[in-house]
Amino acid sequence: MKYLYYPGCSLEGTALEYNASTQAFMQELEVDLLELKDWTCCGASAAEATSFLLSLALPAYNLAMAEEMNGSKEILVPCSACYLNLKKVEEKSRKDPELLDKINTILKEKKLHFHGQVRVRHLLDVVAHDVGPAKIVPRVKNPFNGLNIAPYYGCQCLRPYPVFDDPEEPRSMEPVIKAVGAKIHPWNMGGRCCGASHMTTKPEVALELVAAILKAARGADAIVTVCPMCQMNLEAYQKKISEKTKEDMRMTILYLPQFLGLAMGLSEQDLRLDLNLSITKKFRDKL
Amino acid sequence: MSKSIFFVYLSKINKINSIYNLQSTIENHQLQRGSVMNIAENMEIEKVAATIREPVTDSLATIRNMVSACIQCGTCTGSCPNAFAMDLTPRQLWYNVLMGEKEAIFHSRTFFLCSVCYCCTLRCPRGLPLTDTMSALKQMAAKENLAPYKKNIRFYKSFMESVRRHGRVREMEFMTLYFLSMKNPFIPIQFVPLGIKLLGKGKVSFEIPSKGSGVLESIFRKVEALERG
Repeated sequence: MKYLYYPGCSLEGTALEYNASTQAFMQELEVDLLELKDWTCCGASAAEATSFLLSLALPAYNLAMAEEMNGSKEILVPCSACYLNLKKVEEKSRKDPELLDKINTILKEKKLHFHGQVRVRHLLDVVAHDVGPAKIVPRVKNPFNGLNIAPYYGCQCLRPYPVFDDPEEPRSMEPVIKAVGAKIHPWNMGGRCCGASHMTTKPEVALELVAAILKAARGADAIVTVCPMCQMNLEAYQKKISEKTKEDMRMTILYLPQFLGLAMGLSEQDLRLDLNLSITKKFRDKL
Repeated sequence: MSKSIFFVYLSKINKINSIYNLQSTIENHQLQRGSVMNIAENMEIEKVAATIREPVTDSLATIRNMVSACIQCGTCTGSCPNAFAMDLTPRQLWYNVLMGEKEAIFHSRTFFLCSVCYCCTLRCPRGLPLTDTMSALKQMAAKENLAPYKKNIRFYKSFMESVRRHGRVREMEFMTLYFLSMKNPFIPIQFVPLGIKLLGKGKVSFEIPSKGSGVLESIFRKVEALERG
């Protein structure tokens, strides 16, 4: 298996461990990732809030560069915000030739043309469906028997495009979590919003949303995520939320490839567990 | 389309003073619906609707078209994780958009409270692009630099400025640009503990805002030219 790889800006900064663990996990499974040369920002949620055209031109530029690479017709994206921005261009340009023309008028500035021939895939989609439990089970060295895991999907890998999971009741993470011996924490918060960038501009609102998620996860040993924004919101404000609610809201938050990688015997160093902001002592004792 | 005209008409004939009580008005007048529809059949409704729509400026027309089939059912409000913090619920916002109530819309904090989770878009029984409409309102506010949204607009523009300069966002530069643009020393202070933690982990580094390679400059310029028309 071979994919083009678009890490995105967060994976070079606040989500370094997502990048490292994705690469280590994929390498262990003999999946080749070919990083998109000279990739640029997808526009995140900022382009969309300032200019509709720019919010499509920035991801389209990257997809057009991906088409010029002869590695694969599929591009793997671990960050849900990047995934949706890139996916949006794939979806919208297929349905709206006029819009595609406009995008290509812009790309001409970079002597590029987007043909719509590259398929955007979220990391979770690839792990759950292309890799799947069948390839993970034989590689499990430290099974997580008895651990309770709360799968957290967030929003943008599920909605608005229901590509690989049920956008209302997501389940795609469950088979791979079970494949390493863990149980699924029963909850209905997996697809609820974490508040995204409200944490910076309207913290009082985002803290409320994160508090509800952390509270519902109580009883689980860890929450597993597939998005840098979700991960940061869930792990970085636990102390503040505990003080506010006067309840102990400490919870281990791991990226999916970190969690699966640990069970497959990858080292904490390869998975960059040292970079996580919230791994409880209780969880460490169980490793 | 005809349904929204129906609502416009319904509100007109009942002389609604407040724009927030449409739903109860509908309930109160459910018995009158038959007679309303008769008038509608007489094409009278089109005439009234045309006079109501007249004062709506073109700047809002595109956005109004996005939600013109709204039936005011409130599924969006019930699905919105941020509705609890909004002054207008999403349903009320769409009503104001349909009515062309620019004052009410652009004094409301509702659309910048949209965290783009797409729950409303997914569930809207009319299949309307509600999240995209929220974004269109953000874009309009940003374009016109509207004062009530200074904080949000500066946040997003600082982000895009960093991307424009370097091709990829530099998180510390972007936050520095944002804090500088806000000219308020208390905003950065609340982020100091997290900033120190992230610096310690090597996830971010101190960055003095710089010019950058300008790799995306031509794309930004072309977009600006196209948007100016």
